[in-house]
Amino acid sequence: MKNARSHLNELLVTLPSLLWLAIFFLIPTLIVLAIAFKPTDFYGGVGAGWTLETLRSLGNPNYPAIIWRTILLSIATTIICIVLAVPTGYYIARLGTRWRQIMLLLIIVPFWTSFLIRIYAWKVLLHPDGLIKKFLASLSIVDIHTSLLHNQWAVLLVMVYTFLPFAILPIYAAAEKFDYHLVEAARDLGARQWQGFYKVFLPGIRRGLLTAILVVFIPALGTYLIPDIMGGPDAEMIGNKIAQRVFVDRNLPHASALSALLTLAVFLPMVAVLFLQRKKDGSEPIIKESA
Amino acid sequence: MASTNYLEFENVSKHFGSIRAVDRVSLSIAKGEFFSLLGPSGCGKTTLLRILAGFENPNTGRVILNGRDITDLPPHQRRVNTIFQSYALFPHLTVRENIAFGLRIEKRLKKEIDTEVDRMLALVQMEDQAHKYPDILSGGQKQRVAIARALIKKPEVLLLDEPLAALDLKLRQRMLMELDLIHDEVGITFLYVTHDQGEAMSLSDHIAVMNLGIIEQIGTPAEIYEAPRSSFVAAFIGDTNFFEGKVTDIVGHEYSRLTIDGFPDVLCFNDKHISAGNPVFLSIRPEKFHISRDAPPNSNKRNIMRGLVEDVIYQGLLTKFWVRVQEYRLSIVQQHSRFLLDEKPIRWNEEVWISWHADDSFMLERYSESDEQLVSLPPENIGDVNGEAATPE
Repeated sequence: MKNARSHLNELLVTLPSLLWLAIFFLIPTLIVLAIAFKPTDFYGGVGAGWTLETLRSLGNPNYPAIIWRTILLSIATTIICIVLAVPTGYYIARLGTRWRQIMLLLIIVPFWTSFLIRIYAWKVLLHPDGLIKKFLASLSIVDIHTSLLHNQWAVLLVMVYTFLPFAILPIYAAAEKFDYHLVEAARDLGARQWQGFYKVFLPGIRRGLLTAILVVFIPALGTYLIPDIMGGPDAEMIGNKIAQRVFVDRNLPHASALSALLTLAVFLPMVAVLFLQRKKDGSEPIIKESA
Repeated sequence: MASTNYLEFENVSKHFGSIRAVDRVSLSIAKGEFFSLLGPSGCGKTTLLRILAGFENPNTGRVILNGRDITDLPPHQRRVNTIFQSYALFPHLTVRENIAFGLRIEKRLKKEIDTEVDRMLALVQMEDQAHKYPDILSGGQKQRVAIARALIKKPEVLLLDEPLAALDLKLRQRMLMELDLIHDEVGITFLYVTHDQGEAMSLSDHIAVMNLGIIEQIGTPAEIYEAPRSSFVAAFIGDTNFFEGKVTDIVGHEYSRLTIDGFPDVLCFNDKHISAGNPVFLSIRPEKFHISRDAPPNSNKRNIMRGLVEDVIYQGLLTKFWVRVQEYRLSIVQQHSRFLLDEKPIRWNEEVWISWHADDSFMLERYSESDEQLVSLPPENIGDVNGEAATPE
């Protein structure tokens, strides 16, 4: 049971971050939502009064396909990233301290180069005269006339490339804390190697997995630079549409409506995951005994 | 007891780099036995256990269980189960699910699993805790879940890797009794790894004392205590006083006379038939001495000498004396069979008689580098062999 004083203390401690979140996250989000109900004005600003016109215009027949593609690409990116990150995280966690630090450094090194430059580097690599294209063509794996650029696959490739480190790090962190005696215990009780992995290791790094899924899936949904640079007309994502509404059409209410849609799409899975996590952890104490 | 070779290690070695963790170990264990591997940390006992469980492959040798060579079988195909030192309970599963794990892997019928789990929960008295997660269990409860989880597989051998090391003293004593009861109840062969001689002595039918990857001695607890075959065993199991001497002549069939620097000649039981002229260690347990103010009656098999009491430590059940004889400092323990108020206890700085029977001392011929540390000379340090030295770490 908490007394009034500790309640007050709790409030004082959390107040700054609450204020910060309110001013820089909640209020702007609400403003964006509000703008969705405003008309446009002639000069590309926000007009006076309220209207549902914008929401109706979301019925644009192009949108369902774009939203579907956005979700599909994000899910594909997440799955590929997790599938690659689990063995990588496991492997790094099992290395000696020295090699572990080197591997972690190698994962972080790309961040020292601008994101934009790294995407353009991929463009160069996949370019019809680029290294990868020429190599694949010389092996007759791809036809010399097909383009590796400007399609969904190029977008997917660069999305996986971009988000993979964000998946590896939380999984590595969980794998590093995992007690590998548990896998031995499972083997001892008759589990094959894959059963030990599946029934004991994966549940053991559950939190790391959930974090990895969130930090890949959410930004993947909002990506617009990658499809903009790597994709073509058939690889547009919702982020591109929002950018287009803002910068080309100067239709802020429409962009806001799309953003609100995206926010909901991000918010719902996050709530679901948090709910799942809470349900699982309900019976666990806050301070875990380290075995 | 059934056949004595239910479980056999044949010439098993395991090297880690240049370290010989297990060095040509041969060992056979009878069915249903409570067998302990006892030794200081790093002596290879856990490696031997892991070889049996299938987590390590021996470099040479074979492991035979119930007539079958299991040396190259993966862990999941061996009918042995382990209780890990850290228990290794699955934190994402409840007590019930932890215990059921082994049977679920076998894809047994749900009803069958439920009955078995209930039986195990009853055996370890954890029925009320079945739906809790391991995190909130106490050390002793975790221990019981680990036991149930392993026993439900009906292993041919149950391996216990220092299972009590993580518990506090009181709980350790209780779990010790529970383990003994469980062993009697299930009748499975137990292979118990420990560095704690008390645990090994009180539970085991047989003990193998290990040091530096080799087995120093195998025997019943009494054999190992009363007739250690090497100076390592003598020092590691219980307390003892060591003296370095030389056999001068053989007396009759079973006795020999020794000279020890600064001592009158000493008569000692010579079951090992060490011939005259050989250097030996004489070992006398502290409780084998008799200490008295008056001269003990002379008898031809008693060794008698004078000493000076340097310290007296009254411990209720026992009294410990440190007695100086020439340059040696002897550790002597006397139990109080009676306590008469009018009897004047022996005090510090008193001249006393000490004596022991020739049958109560033993000679050890083994001499290796590791022994040298145990038999610490100069004599001031002889006392250090006692007490703490016997429980390393």
